Amino acid sequence: MTEIKTVAVAGAGTMGAGIAIVAARAGFDTIVFDVSDDNLEQSRVQTEKFFARSVERGKLDPQDVDQILARFTRTSDLKDLASADIVIEAVFEELSVKQDLFGRLNDICSASTIFASNTSTISITEIAAGSGRDPQVVGMHFCLPAQLMKLVEMSPGMNTDPAMFTKAWEFCEALGQIPVKTQDSPGFILNYFLVPYNNDVIRLIEAGVAAPADIDAAIKTGMGYKMGPCELLDLIGLDTQVLLCDAFYRVTHDPRATVPPLLRRMVAAGRLGRKSGRGFFEYEGGAMFGA
Amino acid sequence: MQFNLLNYGNSRSFPEPHPLLDSATPFDASQRDIAVLVGENAGSQLDQVVGERRAILVELYTECLGVWTGESRAEEGSNVLGFARFRVGDDDPSDLVELVRQPGTSPEAIAAATQLFESAGFTVAVCMDQAGRIIDRLMRPYFNEVLTRLDQGLATASDMDLTLKLGLGYPEGPIGLLERSGLHHHYDVTQALFEVYGTPAFAPARRAAVAKQRKDFEDN
Repeated sequence: MTEIKTVAVAGAGTMGAGIAIVAARAGFDTIVFDVSDDNLEQSRVQTEKFFARSVERGKLDPQDVDQILARFTRTSDLKDLASADIVIEAVFEELSVKQDLFGRLNDICSASTIFASNTSTISITEIAAGSGRDPQVVGMHFCLPAQLMKLVEMSPGMNTDPAMFTKAWEFCEALGQIPVKTQDSPGFILNYFLVPYNNDVIRLIEAGVAAPADIDAAIKTGMGYKMGPCELLDLIGLDTQVLLCDAFYRVTHDPRATVPPLLRRMVAAGRLGRKSGRGFFEYEGGAMFGA
Repeated sequence: MQFNLLNYGNSRSFPEPHPLLDSATPFDASQRDIAVLVGENAGSQLDQVVGERRAILVELYTECLGVWTGESRAEEGSNVLGFARFRVGDDDPSDLVELVRQPGTSPEAIAAATQLFESAGFTVAVCMDQAGRIIDRLMRPYFNEVLTRLDQGLATASDMDLTLKLGLGYPEGPIGLLERSGLHHHYDVTQALFEVYGTPAFAPARRAAVAKQRKDFEDN
């Protein structure tokens, strides 16, 4: 059970739009905030397309979708978040940006409002430090795409009130998601293991030990994983992998987290993965080609 | 596909009878068919079959093929390839064959070996002759990190396994996999890799070292 009724999602990018879909689908009044009206409009279109597909696939009735869509409000005025019981931020992955947002919301929202951060690499404790209400700040890291992935990594900051963490946990369950508890440490669980592992894969290719297709075939058949690491890197985006490495190395100084030279060259050459049509593999119209 | 089979002791890739092995033709030194050497002593018997064969395939364990063929100037390579069916600890071997080549290995030998294994239903991944081949080289540092972070209290074992299953579509979490298949094996594999590469990522994690010591204690 959760006392939370109104959810605000700050940041209408891919992640924020996905989290808002999860909230509205679970029955919460959902306020989507972004400084850019274009982003808000784009997220509205994406959201409607997503639910239209849900109807096509028979997962939802058209009436349900009308009800869900009616739960959304969109705004570029931060003051409209005053009524939120919880704010989940999915803004740019930069400490000062997140601190500034929560600092301003601290004056706008009610004293009981919980602030949750969807950060993947920044410390929850550091984000909370700038908020003026660090006992009420928790980490809630959704996976991409949030509207399809059930997992949420939840972490308390150093000063988070355990009762607040419990409230956020119950809210997460009420969203229909599956929370796991992790320490407030870089990359939490998923990215902590994935970012250096993906770099090892790139270094293996760079060293000429095996080709991407052979690596993917080995991992999929040998380990039974659904996706090979090269396929996954192409999906994540090689430019995103660079950003993750940089964010990671800054805090961990783990040599495995440094950007492999091949990765930098591929990004410079415009081979960003699926989104640019070519990464470790080639893509055309969503289909994958070649070795 | 015609091939000769030579058995030299217990095989980690083929611990049980397998249709591929059953289809072998009797060894004939004058033949030019593929020769497959299986068993723990396969590599040391390589000189029994040298010759003008389409390919000579030697089962490998953690060692490099170069131990059996010799190496010089990164120009080594012939019709001899190494192979191993990937398996984790005591688990059954998977359907993946890691096929080990050297810089100068003939493309015809690689093609013949690939065809032989694929015709028996295996997936073949070709890789250079380096320690850990593909999977162990990539997965063992990651398994080490999981075991280390478990010690450091990052999350409970269940939550770590659940996260990696849900987040990455793994059929089983790494902790569950390692404990079920024998954590002491992880020590053996990483120790062998650490001796070659010498980087901390391959150093056996504490939990694996304990499992190994305990296994030795129980066995003696």
